[in-house]
Amino acid sequence: MDLQLTESELAFQAEARAWLAANVPSEPLPSMDTAEGWRLHQEWEAKLTADRWSVVSWPKDYHGREASLIEWVIFEEEYYRAGAPGRVSQNGIFLLAPIIFDHGTKEQQDRFLPTMASGEKVWAQCWSEPEAGSDLASLKSTARRDDERGGWVLNGQKIWCSRASYAHWGFGLFRSDPSAQKHAGLTYFLFPMDAEGITVRPIAQLDGEAGFAEVFYDDVFVPDSDVLGAPGDGWRVAMSTAGNERGLSLRSPGRFCAAADRLVDLYRERPDARVGDRVVDAWLKAEAYRVYTWGTVSRLAEGGEMGAAGSVNKVWWSELDIALHETALDLLGPDAELESRWLDGYTFALSGPIYAGTNEIQRNIIAERILGLPREPKGAQR
Amino acid sequence: MNFELTDEQRAFADSLDSLLSSADTALVARAWAEGDHAPGLKLWERLAEQGLTMLATEATPVEVCLAFEALGRHAVPGPWVEAAAYLPTALGVEVEGIATVAVPPHAPRALDADVADTVYLAGPDGLTEATVGEKHGSVDLARHLFDVEAGGTAPEDAAFDLAVLATAAQLLGAGERVLADSVTYVKQRRQFGREIGSYQAIKHQLADVRIALDFARPLVYGAALDPTPRAVSAAKVMCGDAAYLASRTGLQVHGAIGYTQEFDLSIWINKIRALVTAWGTPAFHRARILDSLVEA
Repeated sequence: MDLQLTESELAFQAEARAWLAANVPSEPLPSMDTAEGWRLHQEWEAKLTADRWSVVSWPKDYHGREASLIEWVIFEEEYYRAGAPGRVSQNGIFLLAPIIFDHGTKEQQDRFLPTMASGEKVWAQCWSEPEAGSDLASLKSTARRDDERGGWVLNGQKIWCSRASYAHWGFGLFRSDPSAQKHAGLTYFLFPMDAEGITVRPIAQLDGEAGFAEVFYDDVFVPDSDVLGAPGDGWRVAMSTAGNERGLSLRSPGRFCAAADRLVDLYRERPDARVGDRVVDAWLKAEAYRVYTWGTVSRLAEGGEMGAAGSVNKVWWSELDIALHETALDLLGPDAELESRWLDGYTFALSGPIYAGTNEIQRNIIAERILGLPREPKGAQR
Repeated sequence: MNFELTDEQRAFADSLDSLLSSADTALVARAWAEGDHAPGLKLWERLAEQGLTMLATEATPVEVCLAFEALGRHAVPGPWVEAAAYLPTALGVEVEGIATVAVPPHAPRALDADVADTVYLAGPDGLTEATVGEKHGSVDLARHLFDVEAGGTAPEDAAFDLAVLATAAQLLGAGERVLADSVTYVKQRRQFGREIGSYQAIKHQLADVRIALDFARPLVYGAALDPTPRAVSAAKVMCGDAAYLASRTGLQVHGAIGYTQEFDLSIWINKIRALVTAWGTPAFHRARILDSLVEA
């Protein structure tokens, strides 16, 4: 048991730190969910890509540097410590890319991954529907076979699609076999957001910005070459990497550790003994997450799987993010309501317990798959 | 970088766990509580043969934590923190027989002084032999605390930090035990025609305990690898919180049966309550963390 980095890992860390110090914009970029902010975030992704920092763990052919999982965690820690911008491409590089690596054809990998890595094409996740949130598999949007044109015709509606207001491509599940049981008969599709028949209606979030959108599909044609995995196998394809180490479930501690450091700085500037214990507790949660992640990474490096531990992870980071920002706002006192980076972070943190599977769903998974408690009888299904 | 236990460490933990699993430790703790020390002293000897009293001087803090996690999981009574963590570090040698110590202000009384061959008092100038006074009962019926004559403040040194870390590990083990027993119980207990463990109101509480313990554990072993005062205090705060959550939740999901002394759960619920404030209260450890963060 040891927590020592090797010489090559330390060298990697030093290289990343030096590059970030020289390149991270000195002023925070405007929100990525505005037209101007979107453009600047895309430019930043291009800059990362030019020096192979956008997807460090990917193959060299796709702009990566084949970094190990440990190096990826190191990079993330350095990235956020340096105050670098949020990743406009994160739905693609963290959620979709692992699935394309595992289930995509070589042609799809070559066509989609390089521009995803560079931020030239930004991807939106079109997952939930008005009637299918936590119960995602009850989704109703359809895919009808079109043999003549060699593809499928999509109809229906998706909602809460992150980045869809500005994204170039989207990915989502559609019901391709209406006669099949709930989880069967779903197919995983990739589609350009400007395809004929797609209408995007941006939705203003709690902070007023259009971070997500509603997407309507009206006879949208998708060729067979843009189906990911086999038709009818969409649920398995989507879930096979849901707990994958490259997925969102292994969210790197970097962003939270950086926020915890800034919280301590804030406490130094505005010490308030009445908030001291809460500063400690928020810092402790981030520190626990940092050390815990080394355990996860060690296990994965030895061939272990993430499995339901991804749910333990998700509840923890989403709640710790809120704890960090709430505590900062309390320290800011009457200034807390004014526009600030802390306030932006707070508003963003509030979405954590809801997206990527609500924390209630995660607790069900922990109780049933880790503790082995009996499943709750399900309600009536469609 | 590998934050997994080595095969040897795993084997050590497993053998200790199987020894304690077959030792009916709940009965040992109950006898100890009533002043019948014989089964506990016999168990002490067997554990000393396994090397538990020499870990602090001969092994690393990782092995110390593994041992104390097992002691907590099995509610083994006796002055283990004193004799196997604090004293060997303070004295620089393994303790012969059984010894205990008072370390004011955080551990102002000597635990189980009535069974100890030697009772020490830690102060600003090191260890002295203590004069033992009045005996006090604890919320943990298996802990008997003895007054010692007033002394000065003992330093927060490496011996203190190892005792704190060992207590944290004990809390972790005790919390894991309460969770395991609670999961077993809610799978059997049926109400309204189904196992109570199938209700989300129960599931989510137990899931929160699983989460809390999962994030407390790495702080224990992280601190074992680098036992700075901040890391040790972090482990104690998180293990105290997690184990206390386990005890409150465990009691709640057991219902009235959990509130009886006769049911073994009571042994762990009361032990956790005692250990949460032993070797530095949560407030003390949080303040120590805050000071070190602000100074850094």
